[in-house]
Amino acid sequence: MASYSTNEFRGGLKIMLDGDPYTIVENEFVKPGKGQAFNRVRVRNLKTGRVVEKTFKSGESVEAADVVETALQYLYNDGELWHFMDTASFEQITADAAAVGDAAKWIKEQDMCNLTLWNGVPLSVDPPNFVVLAITETDPGLKGDTSGGGGKPATLETGAVVRVPLFVQTGELIKVDTRTGTYVSRAKEE
Amino acid sequence: MPRRSDAHDWRPSAAPAALRERAALLTRLRGFFAAAGVLEVETPILSRAATSDPALASLASLWHGPGEARPLHLHTSPELPMKRLLAAGSGPIYQICKVFRDGERGRLHHPEFTLLEWYRPGWDYRRLMVEVADLVRCALGEPERPVEEIAYRDLFRERLGVDPWRADAAELARTAAARGIGGADGLALERDGWLDLLLTHCLEPALGRSRLTFVYDYPPSQAALARRRDGAVPVAERFELYLEGVELANGFQELTDGDEQRRRFLADLEVRAAAGLAMSPLDEAFLDALAAGMPEAAGVALGVDRLLMCRLGARHIDEVLAFPIERA
Repeated sequence: MASYSTNEFRGGLKIMLDGDPYTIVENEFVKPGKGQAFNRVRVRNLKTGRVVEKTFKSGESVEAADVVETALQYLYNDGELWHFMDTASFEQITADAAAVGDAAKWIKEQDMCNLTLWNGVPLSVDPPNFVVLAITETDPGLKGDTSGGGGKPATLETGAVVRVPLFVQTGELIKVDTRTGTYVSRAKEE
Repeated sequence: MPRRSDAHDWRPSAAPAALRERAALLTRLRGFFAAAGVLEVETPILSRAATSDPALASLASLWHGPGEARPLHLHTSPELPMKRLLAAGSGPIYQICKVFRDGERGRLHHPEFTLLEWYRPGWDYRRLMVEVADLVRCALGEPERPVEEIAYRDLFRERLGVDPWRADAAELARTAAARGIGGADGLALERDGWLDLLLTHCLEPALGRSRLTFVYDYPPSQAALARRRDGAVPVAERFELYLEGVELANGFQELTDGDEQRRRFLADLEVRAAAGLAMSPLDEAFLDALAAGMPEAAGVALGVDRLLMCRLGARHIDEVLAFPIERA
C-alpha cells in the first residue's frame, strides 16, 4: 500500500486517517532547536468537508488515499443516481446524492464537471464555475428598471433559485457563478 | 503568502529592502561585539565528525585530498571548534556563519541558515541572558522592549497545570489531549517528546509577545551540552529566548567536564542507534580540548534569519532569504 512520509507533506496531498480520505490543507513543520520535530497539519475530510488539525511526529508515514480528480461529462439523472461519462474512454460512472450535493441544482445534461473519486467511487462533484440556465419562473419586474439594484428571486430550469435584477424575465437565459450562487449576466443561447 | 517553490524562478524571494536590512543587521551585530570587546572568529564549516544530537541530522560532502577521499560533514553549529578556541585561551569570541541541518524545512526552518554564536568565559548563564537581551534590543532598535524571565518548570505549572519534573508520559499525554492537540492520542512519544509537544503547541505561541521572554532551567534530560545543577530539583543550566512566539536563541552554562561530555555523547549515540539514525565518530579533538581544560563559560546561539524576520514582521523565512533551497 502506498504511503507518504511526513517530509512529503504539502497542500493537496491525499492521505487516509481513521479510515477516511483527507486532503492536506496546510502543513507546518514545528521543531524546537533541541527537541522532537512535528508536522502540524490542517486536513479536510473529503467525505464530510470538515477541517481538523492533526499533529504527527516528523518521519512517520501515513497511508496514501487513492483519490483522483477527473473531468467527466454529466449525462442524465435516473431519479436516484447521476450518470457521468469519461469523454475519452466512454466509461460511465454513477454518483449518489451525497456525492453530487449542491452541484445537483446547477448541472444540465452534457455539462463537464470535476469529480473527485476515491477508490474509483465519486466523493464529490464540482459543477462548472459558470453555467447558463433558463429562468422558468420569476415575478414580472417593474418596467424601466435597469439598475439591478433591487433584485427578485428567479427559479431556474434545474430548480435552483437565484436573485436576479428586476429587468430579467421568465424564459430568458442567465449566466450564474456556481461558487457563489449568484447572477452574473443575461446570456445568449450557446 | 510567501513566494515559494518555483524551482526555475531565478529571482530572489526576499524583497530588496529585506536584503538591505540583513546587511544593516549584520553590521549592528558586529558593532555590538566590537564595542563589547568580543573577538570575531571563523571555524571550519566542514568537519570529520557529524552531530551526535539525536534531534539533528548533518549533511555530508566528500573531500578529495592527497591520496585520500573521505566524507566531511557540514556543521550543524560551530559549537565544538569554538570551545576548542576557548580551551586554547581565546577569551570571549563570537561567530556569524551558515549552519546546515538536514530535513528541516518550513515557515521557520531552512536547511541552511545564519547562526550567531558567542561565548563568555568566566560568565554564568544568567549574566549572559542579560547580554542577549541587550543585543536583541539593540538589533531590533527597541531599547525599551521589556524582558521577562520564567523558569521552565513554572511555565508549565502556571500555564498548563502540570509539573514537568514529576508528571509521567501518560499525564503529559492527557494534558495534550485536554488542550485539544489534534492527533495527540495517536502519538507515540517519550516523556521529553510530550514536553516538546506541549511547549511548541500550547506555550510557545504566547511567549515573547511585545517583550523578550527567557525560559530557563530546563529538565536535566534536556541538558544537551549544558551543565547540570544538582539540588532538590536538579536542573540543566540552559535557557531559550522567545520573540513573538518564535524560538530565537538557546544558551548554556557550558559543560566543561570532559568525562561527563563523553558519557553524554555516548548516550546520544545510543539513542541514535536505537532510532536507526546515522552514526558519527565522536569529535575526539573536542574531547581532548575539554581534557586539556576549557574555562568555565556561558555560550549562546541565536538565529539571525528569525531575528531579521521579527525586525521586518515577516511571516515566512523565505521573505528574508535571497534564494531559498528550492531556488538554490
